Amino acid sequence: MNSASPVVSPVVLPIEACDYRTQCEPVRARFDKLKSREVALRVEKLTKTFAKPDGGTTVALKDIDLVTHRREFLCVVGPSGCGKSTFVRILAGLETSTSGVVSVEGVPVSGPGADRGMVFQGYTLFPWLSVLRNVAFGLEENGTPRREAEREARQWLALIGLEAFADSYPHQLSGGMKQRVAIARALATRPRILLMDEPFSALDTQSRARMQAYLIEIWKKIDITIVFITHDLDEAVHLADRILVLSAHPGEVAELIEVPVPRPRSHNQALTPEFRATRARLDALIHPPKDEAEESVAPDVVTRMTSAGDEVE
Amino acid sequence: MGVAPPASAAVGHPTTPTSNSSPQGGGGARVSSPISPRRRSWVGVARPLSPRRRTTLAILSFLIPLLAWAAVSYVPFLWHPLVEVTEPGDIAWMEPGMRVPKAAFAEEVASAKTAGTAEPAGRPANPVYLPAPHEVATAFWTSLTAQPTQRDAIRLPLSLWHSIQIIAFGFLLSSLIGVPLGILCGAQPTLARLTEPVIEFVRYMPAPAFGALMVAILGIYDGPKIAIIVIGTFFQQVLVIANTTRRIEPLLIEAALTLGARNLRLIRRVIVPAMLPQLYRDQRILLGWAWTYLIVAELIGTSSGITFFITQQARYQHFDNVYAAILIIGLVGSITDLALAWLGRRLFPYDRSEA
Repeated sequence: MNSASPVVSPVVLPIEACDYRTQCEPVRARFDKLKSREVALRVEKLTKTFAKPDGGTTVALKDIDLVTHRREFLCVVGPSGCGKSTFVRILAGLETSTSGVVSVEGVPVSGPGADRGMVFQGYTLFPWLSVLRNVAFGLEENGTPRREAEREARQWLALIGLEAFADSYPHQLSGGMKQRVAIARALATRPRILLMDEPFSALDTQSRARMQAYLIEIWKKIDITIVFITHDLDEAVHLADRILVLSAHPGEVAELIEVPVPRPRSHNQALTPEFRATRARLDALIHPPKDEAEESVAPDVVTRMTSAGDEVE
Repeated sequence: MGVAPPASAAVGHPTTPTSNSSPQGGGGARVSSPISPRRRSWVGVARPLSPRRRTTLAILSFLIPLLAWAAVSYVPFLWHPLVEVTEPGDIAWMEPGMRVPKAAFAEEVASAKTAGTAEPAGRPANPVYLPAPHEVATAFWTSLTAQPTQRDAIRLPLSLWHSIQIIAFGFLLSSLIGVPLGILCGAQPTLARLTEPVIEFVRYMPAPAFGALMVAILGIYDGPKIAIIVIGTFFQQVLVIANTTRRIEPLLIEAALTLGARNLRLIRRVIVPAMLPQLYRDQRILLGWAWTYLIVAELIGTSSGITFFITQQARYQHFDNVYAAILIIGLVGSITDLALAWLGRRLFPYDRSEA
């Protein structure tokens, strides 16, 4: 806690002799297999600028290039204001890019579509529909008759283990359950890509860990590519095959990290050298050391207003 | 501002704080704050009252004005600017039941005394336009049950029923166009910009100003009255409902878009259900406004409905009946609103905002 010694070591790699780029054999084999799969999502030279009220422009995203393969789990991290939400919203088709192309399985994206499912940060279940009808919603909108849509929705509820809540309404569910239903709803239309915009950030630590496990289970069982936005770096390392790190102002690709932590993942791996090395690299990319020095609190900033001998620390 | 100003000596050095060091301080003296710790605030985040308190206060809110009215009516020295003649004596121009200003009455009494003629008698009274509560209560009951004494008069329930029909018809007609247009405006900015400025403009024209015009177009019977209700409601309705539509949680619409909902289906399956509880509340408020236009509307062309009843009774100086009729309008309005509120809670159990 003592800030007398400023932490300005240029190399932030941990003391252990582990480079986050070193992959053990099973991990490398996994990546080889992954990359041999067909391309699910291709982003080329994606740029997004916003007009400022004073007439100028802000560059939110600049020349983002990205290729993900089918059944990859990609996490996107970055400092606040790096445009990761804008990025995923462009992928979803909820916002338009200024320039650049996004294509899903070779088809350019224009506007939202059923080939990309989306799970939002906030709770977006329709409160007037039962859980079952929420999951059936997308199917019905895409032309499936109601009865059939409901039958299929029931199977999705079984997959996420919430069959018993089919006739409940969203306000009767806990936060974690709501997000599970939201995932099932997004998956029900059989999208190729599942976009997730900080979906667990509103949950407490325990529910979040449980939701991560659920998500991994779902991902293993379904042919789906996941693009997962998060600001929780441990979550990113825990979940991802690869992590897209964006830098802020403008939002550019800082690095695309292949996570060397072997699968299946567990929370015990947080102490392994691979995990710590990856985490340290992310920290270095996202929180450059100089920022920290600027923000540190010097002891004489606050004037003393208590009497002597009444110290708390 | 609230904290003691940091004494310059205190910076960096542990010193005892200024003058008032309390004796009970263990390791060091407690620093006392110049702010008095107990200051109650009557205003804050509104918390719900207990049910008993709510009921008591609701009863009181009716009881207080009623008690004030009763006091003015029954306590003879409160107000009572007139004298109701009970016995005219020898005063030629006086009749029993006549209300005379206090001063004039006293003058006549004095002059009768000096002349030695029979003095008039009377009791303190309020003006005829302020009947006592029990008179209004009686009038309320008789106007609901009995045939009125005048030959050309209509019974109150019948005139009330006519008024309700006018309101219902006008409000329905307005809603039939106003609600869908409002929703479309709220969901589609281009359409909103194309319609809302002119609606905003017309909204400021008072509906009764169209009265003569409506009579010229629609005749003298119910047509112009319904038209006034429609004009008074419609323009507000479009704007209010468009705003309600715009306040829908945008994430719900975006979620629906990513799930493939489009255009009219998006409106029907997401936008309308998402706004329905608030739309219902808006309609309740708008219905209340429609009632306020009723009286003016009914004066247009041939006077009709409850307004006809009120104006006619006022002409005969049956002010107790006038009050009874006004009270009935209030009752019908409140009961409708309470019923709709109750129904709303039944219809939208997922809506947690206060109805």
